[in-house]
Amino acid sequence: MTYVAAHLDRIGALLGEHVVLVVSSLVVALLIALPLGIVAARNARAGGAILAVTGAIYTIPSLALLALLVAALGLGRITAIVALVAYAQMILIRGIVAGLRGVDPALVDAARGLGLTARQTLLRVEFPAALPVVLGGVRVATVSLVALATVAAWINAGGLGVLLFEGIGTNNPQKIVAGALAAAALAIAADLALRAAERAVRT
Amino acid sequence: MTSSSRTVSPNGGARVELRALGVRYPNAAAAAVHDVDLTIEAGEFAVLLGPSGCGKSTLLRTLNRLVEPTSGTVLIDGGDVRERDATELRRGIGYVIQAVGLFPHYTVAENVSIVPQLLGWDRARIDRRVDELLALIRLDPAEYRDRKPRQLSGGEAQRVGVARALAAEPRVLLMDEPFAAVDAIVRASLQDEIARVHRELKTTVVFVTHDVDEALRLADRVVVMNAGHVVQTGPPGEILERPADDFVRHLVGVDAETRRLATERPLIER
Repeated sequence: MTYVAAHLDRIGALLGEHVVLVVSSLVVALLIALPLGIVAARNARAGGAILAVTGAIYTIPSLALLALLVAALGLGRITAIVALVAYAQMILIRGIVAGLRGVDPALVDAARGLGLTARQTLLRVEFPAALPVVLGGVRVATVSLVALATVAAWINAGGLGVLLFEGIGTNNPQKIVAGALAAAALAIAADLALRAAERAVRT
Repeated sequence: MTSSSRTVSPNGGARVELRALGVRYPNAAAAAVHDVDLTIEAGEFAVLLGPSGCGKSTLLRTLNRLVEPTSGTVLIDGGDVRERDATELRRGIGYVIQAVGLFPHYTVAENVSIVPQLLGWDRARIDRRVDELLALIRLDPAEYRDRKPRQLSGGEAQRVGVARALAAEPRVLLMDEPFAAVDAIVRASLQDEIARVHRELKTTVVFVTHDVDEALRLADRVVVMNAGHVVQTGPPGEILERPADDFVRHLVGVDAETRRLATERPLIER
């Protein structure tokens, strides 16, 4: 591990890029998935269509999707974020739909009967009750994005994938191992943190 | 605790009138509620009694517009409920359901204060009200305020459900099989509590049950329903002594027979 010892700064910088890539993708993905998930949970037909489309996107191989997006958007971080956002949709929407559909109907009946509006019922009752399941989706999506984001280096979007591609190009196994271990550590850390969050919101 | 419960002033009750009320669900063969005329006097404890599917819950839910009638009118204090905003109407009517439906991520105090909060009461008034109500339903505020619903027994949870429904001083309290999910001993104590609360607050209570004993025990007036119709209304004694038809006789009588058999069975088994 002499490589790691000698290049801590660089690994740290790439790790930082990786985190930025994943977190910004996740934020954008959630902004899209929340309204889509709410619609999908309320309306069976729309839900079927939304899950079919996002499910289809999820099956596209990541390299193929990146290649297609590069043709449209060019190289760089934005293209990578678009790809990661697209991949996260299915996992996030499934979590939101499962969470909202799993809310005890008695809670909704009580909320409506007490005089909460549909919006107040969603925000104050249904969403908090669904939150552990929704966060489960966020956790799975995050771990997937940490892994997927390594491929982003291939289109000049930076991150820990840089170490992997450089290691492959220069036949430097230490670099590959360093990149892989850093990505794995990040995924495990994210998983643990989000599991703790899930426990914290579980009533 | 009795001293603090005395601080809850009677809300008084509203008069509830149903005129030629009908509810037909889409695609249903028969009407769930058929041409019901019924007046519940201000402050009365009315119990809608009947077998499951007789339309009693549907009828109850037209009062706070969770179900919209397909014909007829619901008047509360003389005003047509359909002329009022449904949300605002519901905030003035207490609602208690069998499954309780306490919000699991809120504390007891937060659950109880949800309607006052929606109505924009100030913090101090809400805090006072929560303590008053917990005392009224005989849960020590100091001990129960900050508990989460999962830390309550079934009986305690439904007491909180009642407190939540009473929080904004409603003049009508709707209760849909509120005690059906708890065991017999807890049910008896909850029945005592709601009878006492009703005596203290003079709120109009409309209470749905399929349990004849419960109806006879709590009601000022029993409203017997079958297949969407009201078949008899009257004080408990009158329902027992002069059932209007075979259905009512059967409903009240079979129950008496069941009770008799239940007490005899141990003898037979011996």
